[in-house]
This record gives sequence, C-alpha cells and structure tokens, in this order.
Amino acid sequence: MDIKDIIKPENLVYTKTKNMTDKVLSYCPGCGHGTAHNITMEVLEDMGITHNTIGVAPVGCSVLAYEFMNIDMQQAAHGRAPAVATGIKRVWPEKYVFTYQGDGDLAAIGGNETLHACNRGENIVIIFVNNGIYGMTGGQMAPTTLQGMQTSTSPYGREIETMGSPLKMTELIAQLPGVHFVTRQAVHTPGAVRKAKKAIRKAFEIQKEKKGLAFVEIVSNCNSGWKMTPVESNIWMVDNMFPYFPMGDIKVDGKLVK
Amino acid sequence: MAKVRGAIVVDVEKCKGCGVCIPVCPTDVILLAKDVNSKGYTYCYMENPEACIACTNCAIVCPDGVISVYKIKVAG
Ligand SMILES: Cc1ncc(C[n+]2csc(CCOP(=O)(O)OP(=O)(O)O)c2C)c(N)n1
Ligand code: SF4
Ligand code: SF4
Repeated sequence: MDIKDIIKPENLVYTKTKNMTDKVLSYCPGCGHGTAHNITMEVLEDMGITHNTIGVAPVGCSVLAYEFMNIDMQQAAHGRAPAVATGIKRVWPEKYVFTYQGDGDLAAIGGNETLHACNRGENIVIIFVNNGIYGMTGGQMAPTTLQGMQTSTSPYGREIETMGSPLKMTELIAQLPGVHFVTRQAVHTPGAVRKAKKAIRKAFEIQKEKKGLAFVEIVSNCNSGWKMTPVESNIWMVDNMFPYFPMGDIKVDGKLVK
Repeated sequence: MAKVRGAIVVDVEKCKGCGVCIPVCPTDVILLAKDVNSKGYTYCYMENPEACIACTNCAIVCPDGVISVYKIKVAG
C-alpha cells in the first residue's frame, strides 16, 4: 500500500485545532507551553464555546499567547491576570473566562492577586504552567524553584535558609473555600496530555455550572532555563519536579482529596 | 481481521526538531532528519512508515502541533 493512499482528507484522525492560529510558536523547541496551549484550545472547540470565551495572557514566555490562541484575549500586566479576569467575568458573566500564567507571574509578582481571586471564589479558570523558573527573562529563580536547583540567581543552588522553600501555590489556594476544583497535571507524555485535557475540560464545566474557581496546574519543562535537551528536561521533570509537585487532584467538588 | 495502517504528515517548516515525539511512538516510526529546514532545525520524518498504527501519540505531545495523523483500515 502506498502512503499516498493513506494520506487523504477523509482519513485524517488528528491535526492541530483551528483554535490555534497558524503562527509559529515563539516557544523554545520542546517547551510544554505549546502543548498546554493546544489542549486548552481543543477543550474550547470540543465544548463549542470558542466564540464565547475570553482568555487573559500573562507576562512571561506565554505573553504572546494571544497571538497563538485564536480566540478573544486580553494581555495583563505582570501577575495581574486574575484581577483582569475578575473584571471581565463580572462585566460579562455569560462569557467563559480563563487566565494562563507561568509560575513567576502567578506565584511571585502575582501571588497576592492569585490568592485573593481564589479567596473570592471568582467563577474563572486559572491555568498555571509551573516550570520552576523564570523562563522568559533568562532562567532566574522562581518561588517554585526546587531546593538545590541552580538558576542564574541561585548559581549555587536554591538554599532554603536564605531563599525559603519552593512554594506549593496549588496546595495553598486549595485551602480556600471559594475554590471548587484544584488539580495538578503534566503534558510530557500522551497519557499525561489526555489527563490534563480532561482536567481542563472539567475546569470549564465547573465555570459553566457557576460553582466557583477551578485551578489547573501543569508541571512543565523549561529546557532552555534548565539547560537541557527537551527530552532530557522531561525526564528530569519526572525525577525531580514530580516528587515535590505530585500529580493528581487536590480538591474535587469543593472538598480536599489530598 | 481488519488491520490498521497509519501515516503522519509533518509540517517540516514548523517542526523545531525537539524530538519529544520520538520516544512516545510505540512502533518507532519517527526519526530526526539529517537535513534542516529553512530555520536551521532538524525535522521529523517517518523512517518506518509501514509501522505507523495512527495512535496519534506523537501528534498530541508535539508542542508545536505540526503533526497530522491519517488512518485507514485494510483487510488482511
Ligand atoms: C512589572 C514587571 N516586572 C518584571 C518583569 C520581567 N519579567 C518578565 S517575564 C518574568 C518572569 C516570567 O516567569 P514565569 O511566569 O515563570 O513564566 P515563563 O517565562 O517561565 O513561562 C519577569 C520577572 C516585567 N515584565 N514586568
Ligand atoms: S525559556 Fe523556557 S518557558 Fe520559555 S519558551 Fe523556552 S523552554 Fe519554554
Ligand atoms: S515534537 Fe513536533 S516540533 Fe518536536 S520534533 Fe516532533 S514534530 Fe518536530
């Protein structure tokens, strides 16, 4: 059988969602941001809410998310995405509203905004891409940087006595009553991608049912910041990030499960 | 029994040669080319096209969404 007989439009089983634009992603080769974008946009397509959703882009490598996500988007000042999303959702309660933020954006400069939006139980979805480093600015230490991890601002490794412990933002906000669903996922394998997509779907369903805030952390790689090849960085992530940031649901139906 | 045959099409100009699609292929279909695209990235191609089972694993882990997957059933 000739390959040409297989490659025909009627035999297509997977291609990039039309909810992503045709622009070349500005991310480094192998960066999990692209996969996180793809599945978020697939969920909107699957739910038929593409034209009814507004995303809020952060500051960080995903600052240009609005160039890649083919939906209505607003870009927020560093760390302020949950506040901007609050405003949009309150003015336009019938729209689906989500933020997409890195760990520097969400847990460092935006720690306050995140905590209070979660505590108010805003009816939004927060997608939190945790790669344990400031990717965009050249690999500085983030609140989520692991103990002993070398970054450009912790060249001898993160020292707990002077720099504190890696912040588990997701466990922290899970304690707040306004938060309905909290989960931690990854996108490095096909199985992980499928699970993460299901979790994002659940988060948007919760918004549909007006049950409160849904928070999806995606533990991801920053191969450039970590100074590894993409494939090595995914292995390093499993060996080093997952023990400290374990996979799975943390809060379901408003109840802590972990 | 019907057998499945698959094939992938890689958007070579948008592939960044990251290689994350290679270890997730259960039948070792994909390799990186020796050649580069106009951006200077090596890119993926089907080294063993007859082994593709259209599982879509490669396509869903590709951060750049550059893989499309096709599938047919063949008698045999
Ligand atoms: C008010 C302000 N302070 C600092 C910066 C510099 N800055 C840009 S991106 C960034 C950190 C981004 O890291 P993260 O949120 O982890 O995203 P990543 O790039 O890793 O995806 C910083 C500190 C800025 N743009 N604006
Ligand atoms: S610097 Fe890190 S987070 Fe940013 S695009 Fe590159 S790999 Fe991704
Ligand atoms: S995962 Fe995508 S971008 Fe990376 S090498 Fe494979 S086809 Fe190219």
